Amino acid sequence: MSGTADRGRSQLAKSRTGITGLDEITGGGLPTGRATLVCGGAGCGKTLLALEFLVRGATELGEPGVFLAFEETAEELAQNVSSLGFDLEELVAQRKLLVDHVRVDRSEIEETGDYDLEALFIRLGSAIDEIGAKRVAIDTIETLFGGLANAAILRSELRRLFRWLKDRGVTTVITGERGEGQLTRQGLEEYVSDCVILLDHRVTDQLSTRRLRVVKYRGSVHGTNEFPFLIDEDGISVLPITSSLLVHDAGTERISSGIPRLDAMLGGPGYYRGSSILASGTAGAGKTSFAAHLAEAACRRGERCAFFSFEESERQLVRNMRTIGIELQPWIDEGLLVVHASRPSLHGLEAHLVAIHKHVKALAPSVVVIDPMSNFSSAGVRSEAHSMLVRLVDHLKSAGITAFLTSLTEGGQALERTNDGISSLVDTWLLLRDVEEGAERRRVLCVLKSRGMAHSHQVREFRLTSHGVDVLDASVAPVALATLAGPGQARELSRLAGERQGEHTS
Amino acid sequence: MTSTDDGAGSDTQLARDEPWDLRLYVAGQTPKSLAAFANLRRLCEEHLAGRYRIEVIDLLLHPRLARDDQIVAIPTLVRKLPDPIRKIIGDLSDTERALVGLQLRPRTA
Repeated sequence: MSGTADRGRSQLAKSRTGITGLDEITGGGLPTGRATLVCGGAGCGKTLLALEFLVRGATELGEPGVFLAFEETAEELAQNVSSLGFDLEELVAQRKLLVDHVRVDRSEIEETGDYDLEALFIRLGSAIDEIGAKRVAIDTIETLFGGLANAAILRSELRRLFRWLKDRGVTTVITGERGEGQLTRQGLEEYVSDCVILLDHRVTDQLSTRRLRVVKYRGSVHGTNEFPFLIDEDGISVLPITSSLLVHDAGTERISSGIPRLDAMLGGPGYYRGSSILASGTAGAGKTSFAAHLAEAACRRGERCAFFSFEESERQLVRNMRTIGIELQPWIDEGLLVVHASRPSLHGLEAHLVAIHKHVKALAPSVVVIDPMSNFSSAGVRSEAHSMLVRLVDHLKSAGITAFLTSLTEGGQALERTNDGISSLVDTWLLLRDVEEGAERRRVLCVLKSRGMAHSHQVREFRLTSHGVDVLDASVAPVALATLAGPGQARELSRLAGERQGEHTS
Repeated sequence: MTSTDDGAGSDTQLARDEPWDLRLYVAGQTPKSLAAFANLRRLCEEHLAGRYRIEVIDLLLHPRLARDDQIVAIPTLVRKLPDPIRKIIGDLSDTERALVGLQLRPRTA
């Protein structure tokens, strides 16, 4: 009695899974010495999660594991995960992993009278003892219901199994197939009271996204959101890791935009390091050029920059920037600038997010460019694109990385809509636009907002020259704000201008 | 080996004089295990007198064999010979099904 009370009061012990992101979501891992149910439909990744839980435990956390496989043989399992870089045979040889394939085939078995599953317990017990296992994965125990006819015996034996696992003190992952109206076909969730994780694999607009949700975690705080996850060559990555609390460090260090006159418009030294900058504008307004300037300036300081290009290939980008005097190739050769070019629709939204996270984690850049972020709307429904961007910007901010996002404004679109509602999230907003005056097209720029800076409110003309973006003197470009935004957006702009005023005084 | 699963095959199989090699897997001397052994003995004496061998394996003493021999339930009776291998789980109290399982009696529709 007192033991139970003690356990309730003290923090529940947790075992790290070693799976990227999962430990963050669960606040440290799965309950130590308890069973966690991982359920989901066919192909949702539950077997892989169970297996990676063991592999990470065995390779990184010094905890050997037993995999009790009801569906696949050891050979099939090893084959399925070899593409993920998991060498199961090697782990088995090192006695860090033991795979036991339990074959239960109804056509081979005749049932005559009373029985129990004691042999399965003995089998699992001896496997655990053989390698000193601390972890167990059981995939998928409900297969027993297909192999054996007496459901009443199975149910009572399953109940006994969960108790037995708890008594053995092994940290266990049990997988279950999603059932109608309940989490698993046989209602396994009734037996597992500590932690239940639901996996989901959905296809929206022909793009597949995987999601993970912690349905239940007794005695522990956990996020109840659905978190996107990806299965790639490194196994499972669950994302992201955002608290969405505004706890970012507000540094005072400023970094150059790479355009001296723009720096001056921002009140001198440039953007704040670790802030997020949005450059929105019509096609051909020069958004990528502003991004390239920032990237180049970062490399010049010896910092790294990750440039995610969703419209141009690396070679196109290098060639196009060369025409305005920005040489990116030397920095690419030096490894300071890394360009990741891909089509937004190539992957699902979550895959993009995960990919960006992984590249950012691997390169540890000080500047990240996403050009353009508006393309993400084509990779999924709008609300998802938005929440994804929020999470991404949030993540970059928390990591102290300066983020430069570009956004394409279609003619006649509302400004707010254009920017996927991200404007409230960014610190500095540059508005770029083509203006037709008589027979001439001119490019103009204004700083719509920039938090914490005494920035210019002028609309300035700029040119793309052979030596980069050249911002002209203020007097040269007497362009009205209404002209900048185009017809039909004047009201919105005047509202934004009012907002700007308020920020400026603070 | 040409034995078949259908009823006609089983009948002819009965007539053969081949040895029967049976293994009974138990876990300690539980009532279920003791019942299974007694039922098996009776069954063999009635149908296979003089040409059967029963080996009792206590998994508590040989836990590894549960994995090696693909045993899940207790008690499990395995017919090793004649081929093919048959598995019968339970205490063998249902004589009819036990005989069908051992292919000593054809399966009735």
